[in-house]
Amino acid sequence: MGNTLTIAEAHEKLRKKEISCSELVQSCLDRIDSVDGSINAVIGRNFERALEKAKKVDSKGEFNHPLTGIPYLAKDVYCEKDVPTTACSNVLRKKDYKPPFDSTTIKRLNAVGAISIGKSNTDEFTMGASTETSCYGPTRCPWDPTRVAGGSSGGSAAATAADECVFAIGTDTGGSIRQPAGFCGCTGIRVTYGRTSRYGVMSMASSLDTIGPLCKNIEDIAIVLEAIAGKDPLDATTSDMPVPKYREALTGDIKGMKLGMPKEYFIDGMHEDTEAAVRETKKVFESLGATVEEISLPHTEYATPTYYIICPSEVSSNMARYDGIRYGHTVEDAEDLIDYYRKTRSSGFGPEVKRRIMIGTYALSAGYFDAYYRQAQKVRTLIKRDCEEAFKKVDAIIAPVSPTPAFTVGAHEDDPVAMYLEDIFLDTQVMAGIPALSVPCGFSKENLPIGLQIMGPQWQEERILKIAHAYEQSTKWHTRKPALGS
Amino acid sequence: MADLSHDDVRHIAKLARLNLSDEEVEKFSKELTSILKYVDKLQEVDTKGVEPTAQVTGLTNAFREDRVSESDATPEELLACSPLPIVEKQIQTSSAHG
Repeated sequence: MGNTLTIAEAHEKLRKKEISCSELVQSCLDRIDSVDGSINAVIGRNFERALEKAKKVDSKGEFNHPLTGIPYLAKDVYCEKDVPTTACSNVLRKKDYKPPFDSTTIKRLNAVGAISIGKSNTDEFTMGASTETSCYGPTRCPWDPTRVAGGSSGGSAAATAADECVFAIGTDTGGSIRQPAGFCGCTGIRVTYGRTSRYGVMSMASSLDTIGPLCKNIEDIAIVLEAIAGKDPLDATTSDMPVPKYREALTGDIKGMKLGMPKEYFIDGMHEDTEAAVRETKKVFESLGATVEEISLPHTEYATPTYYIICPSEVSSNMARYDGIRYGHTVEDAEDLIDYYRKTRSSGFGPEVKRRIMIGTYALSAGYFDAYYRQAQKVRTLIKRDCEEAFKKVDAIIAPVSPTPAFTVGAHEDDPVAMYLEDIFLDTQVMAGIPALSVPCGFSKENLPIGLQIMGPQWQEERILKIAHAYEQSTKWHTRKPALGS
Repeated sequence: MADLSHDDVRHIAKLARLNLSDEEVEKFSKELTSILKYVDKLQEVDTKGVEPTAQVTGLTNAFREDRVSESDATPEELLACSPLPIVEKQIQTSSAHG
């Protein structure tokens, strides 16, 4: 079936007319109909529009770009003209916000003929590590639906792993692409801050947000990234750094490359299978002619506390726009304007969004700014320096994505700090603004995927893709599929 | 770091334009206290003489020409997103003064 193909495979078949674009799109829609009831990855469906577009692509019959006619899902924070986009929040769901414009990424994907088939589930406004804070309910791991898919791009990761789409796009602010990719057994990349445009993607923490793809293999990541990366006049924080032809870097040759494994990423309480699988990658890299040495990133333990000051501070500012005036839901019984703000916001936001707004409001308030936000920004500098020092010695850093495989739904229900600790291996990269990706590196005894994280210096997406591709091609963990619905 | 009292939580909620029920105040005072205790770990880091980082890739001011450009959305489309009545191309809200 077409839905199980990678982008590169589907493109080849479309080009040779072995499959039509309509058949390819229909195979994804059928798969969503048959398995999404078990995983809840897709919360918005553009099926009719997707089939109409597919027909047009077929009648034109030209497949010059590898993404032409390829069906994908967008995380529910990507604005898409006339398509309900709700950030999985009741604030926007009650009136089904329909953006009158496209985000830059959707526009770029449309321009090369990729076909959006729907919206994927996310934690409310991307705040979470399990997709459980979504107003549509949690996304479940395709390998074991009693467990979470990870988050916040849990819908994008689960849908990609379950072959409900050929690829998906997500966002990574504090691990929200890498962690669900690791839990679901697909690949995903957090790019260098400013490599991709944030325009039209609902902001969580503006100095940390990045947008990127989740795919079935590294070659596909290279294809999507090449299409969406690069300067955007509508996002002043994008860089005019040239976008490399990422696929050309995927030669499989990593001889002589120096990799570092940070000792701080192997901690008490981590799952023994995760530790074993990640340590085992050393042998694979050595067999490919690379070297692996132990390194140190001394401020690792401060990355997550830093994140949970900077992120909520920026959240408290960004969420101010949801005031029930320009968009969103409304209340009838307000006494005055302030009362209207309070009532719409209180009835629309879920608990995690409220928690972050309040932590941020507190951290930025008079008397606390220097102790919290300013101190966090200074520690951020130290974390960034750790990485700069490490990259003087090694070409890339390899580490686990998460300390354990996917946890059970509800495991952290009453403990927000336990949920935050899911990010402990994911926030250093955010603070340092460096690219990092997640690639499958094995399975636990319970048959749950384990992810390997590969990080490079700023702007070196090309290098980490090259390393990940060489690894992936010599292990083939990425070709295993969950038994879901079969 | 002292625990956040119920009054502290009510004050923060007021600043953030949120109404909280008594149960929420109780729940959030515990949860926010535990989060603040966790992030308090940063106080042990010596940051004397360290510059704060706000923009991580070293990007400096991004200028563009100041001229009117086309937007994807018309004013009418943007106004249509509002849940409130539109009067003479303006959104009608509750009174700011009660």
